[in-house]
Amino acid sequence: MAISKDEVKYIANLARLGLTEPEVEHFREQLGDILGYVDKLKKVDVSGMSPMAHVLDIKNIYRPDNISPSIAPEKILKYAPQHEGSFFKVPKVIE
Amino acid sequence: MTNIKYEPVIGLEVHVQLKTKTKAFCGCANEFGSKENTNICPVCLGLPGSLPVLNAQVLVGAARVALALDCTIRHFIKFDRKNYFYPDLPKNFQISQFDMPLSENGHLDIKVDGISPKRIRIKRVHLEEDAGKLMHPEGSISSLVDFNRAGTPLLEIVTEPDIYSPEEAYAYLSDLKLMLQYLDISDCDMEKGSLRCDANISIRPAGETKLGTKAELKNMNSFKAVKAALEYEIKRQAQSLDAGERIVQETRLWDEKKEVTLPMRSKEEAHDYRYFPEPDLPPFTFTDADIEGMRNSLPELPQQRLRRFVENFGLGEKDAAVLIADKELADFFEACVEIYNEPKKISNWISGPVLFNMNSRNSSFGALRLTPGHLTDLICLVEDGTVSNLVGKDILAQMLAAGSAPKDIVREKNLAQVSGADELNEIIEEVIAANKKSVDDYACGKENALMFLVGQVMKRSGGKANPKVARSLLAERLKRT
Ligand SMILES: [Zn+2]
Repeated sequence: MAISKDEVKYIANLARLGLTEPEVEHFREQLGDILGYVDKLKKVDVSGMSPMAHVLDIKNIYRPDNISPSIAPEKILKYAPQHEGSFFKVPKVIE
Repeated sequence: MTNIKYEPVIGLEVHVQLKTKTKAFCGCANEFGSKENTNICPVCLGLPGSLPVLNAQVLVGAARVALALDCTIRHFIKFDRKNYFYPDLPKNFQISQFDMPLSENGHLDIKVDGISPKRIRIKRVHLEEDAGKLMHPEGSISSLVDFNRAGTPLLEIVTEPDIYSPEEAYAYLSDLKLMLQYLDISDCDMEKGSLRCDANISIRPAGETKLGTKAELKNMNSFKAVKAALEYEIKRQAQSLDAGERIVQETRLWDEKKEVTLPMRSKEEAHDYRYFPEPDLPPFTFTDADIEGMRNSLPELPQQRLRRFVENFGLGEKDAAVLIADKELADFFEACVEIYNEPKKISNWISGPVLFNMNSRNSSFGALRLTPGHLTDLICLVEDGTVSNLVGKDILAQMLAAGSAPKDIVREKNLAQVSGADELNEIIEEVIAANKKSVDDYACGKENALMFLVGQVMKRSGGKANPKVARSLLAERLKRT
């Protein structure tokens, strides 16, 4: 299935990716190939089969409501691009 | 200006944090008010390689709410990823539920203005996780992020558009909150953000069945704010329509100070969340027996308690409603009845003087430090005539201030009612001597004068005279003049 350049740009924007024009064309082809494969899968007869919610045949995996130690903030904050005190710091976002 | 009457159609979306010990998918403490970024781990920060595991208490708590709202619980549920970017969302997706939510199709029967019953249908109740918290320091070019809240279990409760006035919205929220408090699954504290409410509202000409274009209202920090925002929005939309304008579908924020709703400043991108099944969590299943077991373990809910108070204790519907509206108060009432089996008298004291003191002190019931034993002792002192009703109320105020026992206050302050003829006659003589005119009036047949004189006796005794005894002694004495 073909996909338009605008669709590629839209998806890139949702994923916060900045693409150059050649990249847009490059991914347009790649994504088109993927969708083409999905089209092929769509032709498989799945009548009588129920949709799968998980790839493994497992269910009901819980943990008890017990506290386990958290991580010291400084161990994580040192990997953040910016922090202030124990806060992560990001460019200002306004509601 | 036209004269079209409009009717609002409102749907509410409530988010409520479950008060489990730990977060939904990791063992970090689920705690409000901790120092920033101290309750975080690779799972709730979405670090590569980490895997979420569902907290068993979360699913049970959520299912209890769904059952209390008479929702149908799914036998097979799954979680999905809701994808979007925002700095408070560490994984860039929120674990939520899309097409196989925990439960659907319930209802809550509410009482509008405490009287008129109305059924609000619940569209769905599903589980998700909360995001972190953003702070925007004044004047700074940066925002600060605290991820302690990220991964807190959150229940989303969505109504059908069954709410037709701001008053109904208020009643729904109050009754829902009360039910959640009875279930003991959340603090329901809007100031701390453990209960939040967004509203969808549109208006249409009265009688029209097609829905109008809706606005989504956010940023209301109290039930009163929800009501005020809805009231404002109804007027705004009506004015737009009357002016021949079209309503734009948009998100608007309630501005508490200006008391207006304003469109969100940031350009809202068309929501495209690209939901897909969360591959890191398996599906969950409930058997009929599981569901019945949970249903049977539900505690008594507010409306059931109201019925019981009316039927077992002979209380009026209104009095019972006052008591059940505060779980602590209702528990206290029952503890009192156990000590002193006079439910009506106790109910009157609680909904009268006790609530009066709560309101005038602007305090919660818990902060009053009133024990069931102290209140029932006080009621007994009034009932056996040791103190008058009026003095009883005074004693209550002193009990609350000092946390002391009523009997001690009566003894210390010498408040016991004076019913003895000797003491009262002395006061009566003084009153007669000082109020010649009223005495004459009474002699001339003016009955009112007697009441005035009784009042003077009460005053002179410092409120301690037994009014009934005083009245009959006075009447007798005046016959002899
Ligand atoms: Zn964690």
